[in-house]
Amino acid sequence: MRTLTRGTGKLYWVVLTITLVLFTAAFLLPLVWVLLGAFKPPAELAQQPPTILPQTWEPGAYVDAWNYMELGKFFVNTLVVAIGAWAVQMAVIVPAAYALSKLRPAFGNAIMGLMLATLMLPSTAVLVPVYLTLVDLGLLNNPAGIWLPAAANALNVYLLKRFFDQIPEELLEAARIDGAGTWTTLVRIVLPISRPILAVVSIFAVVAAWKDFIWPLLVFPDPAKQTLSVALQRFAPDTPINLLLAGLVLASLPMVALFLAFQRHILAGLTAGGVKG
Amino acid sequence: MRRHVTAYGFLSAALVVFAVFSWYPIVRGVVLSFQQVNFVTSPDWVGWENFERLFADPLFGVAWRNTLYFTVLALIIGFGVPFLTAVVLNELRHAKGYFRLLVYLPVMLPPVVTALLWKWFYDPGPGLFNSVLRGLGLPTSQWLDSADTSMISLVLVITWANMGSATLIYLAALQTIPGELYEAADLDGAGIVRKVWHITIPQTKFVILMLLLLQVVATMQIFTEPFIMTGGGPEESTVTVLLLLYRYAFYYNDFGTASALSLILFAVLGVFSFLYLKITKRSDA
Repeated sequence: MRTLTRGTGKLYWVVLTITLVLFTAAFLLPLVWVLLGAFKPPAELAQQPPTILPQTWEPGAYVDAWNYMELGKFFVNTLVVAIGAWAVQMAVIVPAAYALSKLRPAFGNAIMGLMLATLMLPSTAVLVPVYLTLVDLGLLNNPAGIWLPAAANALNVYLLKRFFDQIPEELLEAARIDGAGTWTTLVRIVLPISRPILAVVSIFAVVAAWKDFIWPLLVFPDPAKQTLSVALQRFAPDTPINLLLAGLVLASLPMVALFLAFQRHILAGLTAGGVKG
Repeated sequence: MRRHVTAYGFLSAALVVFAVFSWYPIVRGVVLSFQQVNFVTSPDWVGWENFERLFADPLFGVAWRNTLYFTVLALIIGFGVPFLTAVVLNELRHAKGYFRLLVYLPVMLPPVVTALLWKWFYDPGPGLFNSVLRGLGLPTSQWLDSADTSMISLVLVITWANMGSATLIYLAALQTIPGELYEAADLDGAGIVRKVWHITIPQTKFVILMLLLLQVVATMQIFTEPFIMTGGGPEESTVTVLLLLYRYAFYYNDFGTASALSLILFAVLGVFSFLYLKITKRSDA
């Protein structure tokens, strides 16, 4: 397709080369720098000018970091928070979006409007009242304190509803004639068709829960219950730098792996309206 | 009638969750702003006292000035860079997958990881940035350790971490521009700058405006990076509105004043959010 430039001349190759170098330097090298840094002993990390490749390789830092910060425990906590947040959100918003789209209850539009209105609200404007509500409900130090507020995701209700709206009425009618109930129709007909949007919404729900910091910081005052992000910032000031770097790498690996595995879904989801993120 | 009962059955969980964690907190936030709240005694009505306490706090003005300064810097850097990157990427026909992968990779990292990594890069001694500058024979910087450069250092981290989303959204928008427009411009002998100004920008202005508003709303709520990287310092140069709110709520346990500050922040951001929704609604129609 025609774009700004014809893109065949010498200039094209110059721009391509510069962009390749800049992108690699800006986005890849810092991450490689950290990966390598974790292999260097603290004394070497304090050296000026720095060594590029480690002079002494200390692969033990990754193991030491795991043990020193008890990362295993925090990995499990984070997994429980992220998977639970996804499961609860799906259980709450899928039936709701289906009801709003296909069952058309009285005041359905008003309810959708009230949900969408919460999008106008910056998430931090309700920080204090939501926190106090969690305290009242006794949900501190309980993963449900993350799951339940995260399930009130108006954007995802809207995205699902918009997708369900496009499913032809005749398809549901045919299922009904075959004797399928509302629930069976949802599970057998609607969900399989909606796999693309469900994948996008699911991935973004898990990623958002894994990346979140402020809510786990507030919900888990008990150090043993904390997520990786909260634990890492707590350990950061008194952890030897090579162990901290190893810990940061380990905490990022699941997200990088998820990205490489679902890259197509994630990048497609970005432009599908899941702009926030 | 049965239809409505079934429908509300399907809606019930969402209605409860939205009511408890979204709708009720909005009302409660407004009420709290006019109360004195601690966990010891029952809440007292105090009228405008919380607001008066805020206005009397010298940090209130500092926090707003810092947040606005941050937002302006983030718009200049964090808004321009992704757009220009997308314009360049749209011209390149090689290594497309590689570019997209790289630019979005930082978006996947947990913000705490990014903040701690960059704190290490910014170390004025053996940190990566000063080492590179020294190696090139350029002057070094104090980065986070100086009140003059602390804020711009935070903007750089946040731009690096978040520009992937904006770049890819712009890129998708650029690909919808009809090629004939550029062909016509070529016939008129227009240069690159004129084509960007007269075709690229007008054709993508809806997406540009939408991301601009979203970015203002997001940057004004900046918390994680200053909380972890600077704690508000040096010399309170990175105390943002949200950091001040956190201090009131969780250091002083003064939830009333913290709520009053939320209400002010909400009023300011509400204008931008409202515009955002107006614009997205128009595009859906």
